[in-house]
Amino acid sequence: MRHKRLTLKQKGAISGLLFITPWLIGFLVYYLGSLVLTTKFALSDVSFAETGGVVTKFAGLKNFKYALLEHGTFNQIFVNSITDILIDVPFIIFFSLFIAILLNSRFKGRGLVRVIFFIPILLGSGAITDTLNLATQNIQAGAAGMMTDLVPTAGVNVDFIVDVMMDLGLPDKLVDYVVELVGRIFDIVRASSVQIIIFLAALQSIPPALYEVSKIEGATSYETFWKITFPMVSPLIVTNVVYTIVDSFVNSEVVETAYDTAFTMYNYGLSSAMSLISTIAVSLILVAICWLISKITFYHN
Amino acid sequence: MKIQNARLRWNEFMSDSVNRNKISKYSHKAKSWLLTIFKMLILIGISFIILGPIINMISESFFSPADAYNPSVFLFPYEPTVSNYSLAAARLNYWKTLGSTGIYIVTLSIIQILITAMAGYGFARFDFPFKKLLFACVIITIVLPTHTIMLPLYQSFRNFDVFGLIKLFTGEHANLLQTTTPVYILTMFGTGLRSGLYIYIFRQFFRGLPKEIEEAAFIDGASTWYTFSRIMLVNAMPSVLTVFVFSMVWQYNDMFYVRLFSIPSSQNMSLSLQSLPANVQFLDQIRDPIIAQIYTYAGVILTIVPILLFYLIVQRYFMESLERSGIVG
Repeated sequence: MRHKRLTLKQKGAISGLLFITPWLIGFLVYYLGSLVLTTKFALSDVSFAETGGVVTKFAGLKNFKYALLEHGTFNQIFVNSITDILIDVPFIIFFSLFIAILLNSRFKGRGLVRVIFFIPILLGSGAITDTLNLATQNIQAGAAGMMTDLVPTAGVNVDFIVDVMMDLGLPDKLVDYVVELVGRIFDIVRASSVQIIIFLAALQSIPPALYEVSKIEGATSYETFWKITFPMVSPLIVTNVVYTIVDSFVNSEVVETAYDTAFTMYNYGLSSAMSLISTIAVSLILVAICWLISKITFYHN
Repeated sequence: MKIQNARLRWNEFMSDSVNRNKISKYSHKAKSWLLTIFKMLILIGISFIILGPIINMISESFFSPADAYNPSVFLFPYEPTVSNYSLAAARLNYWKTLGSTGIYIVTLSIIQILITAMAGYGFARFDFPFKKLLFACVIITIVLPTHTIMLPLYQSFRNFDVFGLIKLFTGEHANLLQTTTPVYILTMFGTGLRSGLYIYIFRQFFRGLPKEIEEAAFIDGASTWYTFSRIMLVNAMPSVLTVFVFSMVWQYNDMFYVRLFSIPSSQNMSLSLQSLPANVQFLDQIRDPIIAQIYTYAGVILTIVPILLFYLIVQRYFMESLERSGIVG
């Protein structure tokens, strides 16, 4: 048998494939395979076999219909989660960009502030929030709830500001939006820490020469922001929007409902249908938003 | 008349260029001062929003039961006690749980770095068929929420098998639930917690490194694997560090996989924290929610401290390396 020698290019292709092999196997077996199975579950009646496996019987779109039309709470939770995400996203993006710009300037104690802004990621654990929520719920339910009313907590008093805004004649919808955001400021700060870090990294990678040039040409800092900073970080806005949507979706109530349906009611078909519906909705939102943003994005390279 | 006079004098004053320079200098200074104060106010305010609940929690975790019911006690307890901590630590089985959680997240992070760096390097430096399509698949794994595939994952580890081999030898499928093995298997095959994101970060970073390094290594006779493990991975330190920090923190906080594979709470800090309120209520018969809350706070503080210490140690290098890590591309 004649031994055929590989060209350098073929060798490169083989080593490249070898490098990605672990990921490729995982993707095909656990990701793609699972995705196909989820779709199959969603389209069938799933019952349990005695061996611990599952038996599926094709049932068409029954599960989807049930989830959307007949299930008691799913469509409400679904719509609420989606609107919540859409409300939060613009604010989180502007907030994190704003904070990143503040953190990027030089001042004393910058290191300390950066540590503080990373803390929400450390606390972002579902476990910690769940435990704390449970603790406060117990208190509000018990007779001891009286106590918490007596002791003023360090919260945000928005009533006064709301009155001022109403007096100014701002539209009710806008006031509601602002009030809702202010009320959830802690959640928003917590949800934007990764985005702040990404924007910070982006800001630091802008060549300083650009700022020098614009200063020499006499640009104001307002112009500098819109002509240099904003275009240079705009590619990262897409990244951040995607991250924000996916992250807030993973923590949303829809996922919780799907999880409960699967593991407390053992209705695999319905749970898969719920997961698929929400995933498709999120994918559509992502595609739409990315298309919109890519129209105004500036790519440096 | 008076107004006109004043205006005249003002114009006179302004027409003198020295005066005008002075004014613009002062107004400039005042502006920058105002801006600094404004900045400081915002930063301090938001730092307070972040730190406020934590400070509150720390102080209350030292409260004695009498302090908890005394409305005049604020932040500083009259009779500070550490007994909350000792009980919470006992119920959390603190040192043992921390030890096993530590081993769990460190080994996972190291596997994560190795596998995702390999994939990232493969995508960055080699040409092979369907490369673009495969990389699009990586993006899909970042974007699609994991919960979409949770049921099949659960099923496949409930009845785990490789080509029917396990069933052939033992007679039945292996049940890997209630162990940490499923998470290790998933991470080893690059589908662990946020692996797609790490692959993306590594790929962006390796693309930015000069090709000459590898060419030199190749001419000197280094094999591809040697080049990767001894040269490229060392050069990719910023990315390695970024991925390591994120992987440690997210793995420590992860509840999704832990719940899905029913990993026992003795091996996971977050999970044992979650069962702490119930434990305190039923094992110690502390039914009063306000008192139980003090113990919960102590438990939360105990859970946060290790990961916070870890972050404080690495944070200087982390922030430096972030800029070059490839997040930005």
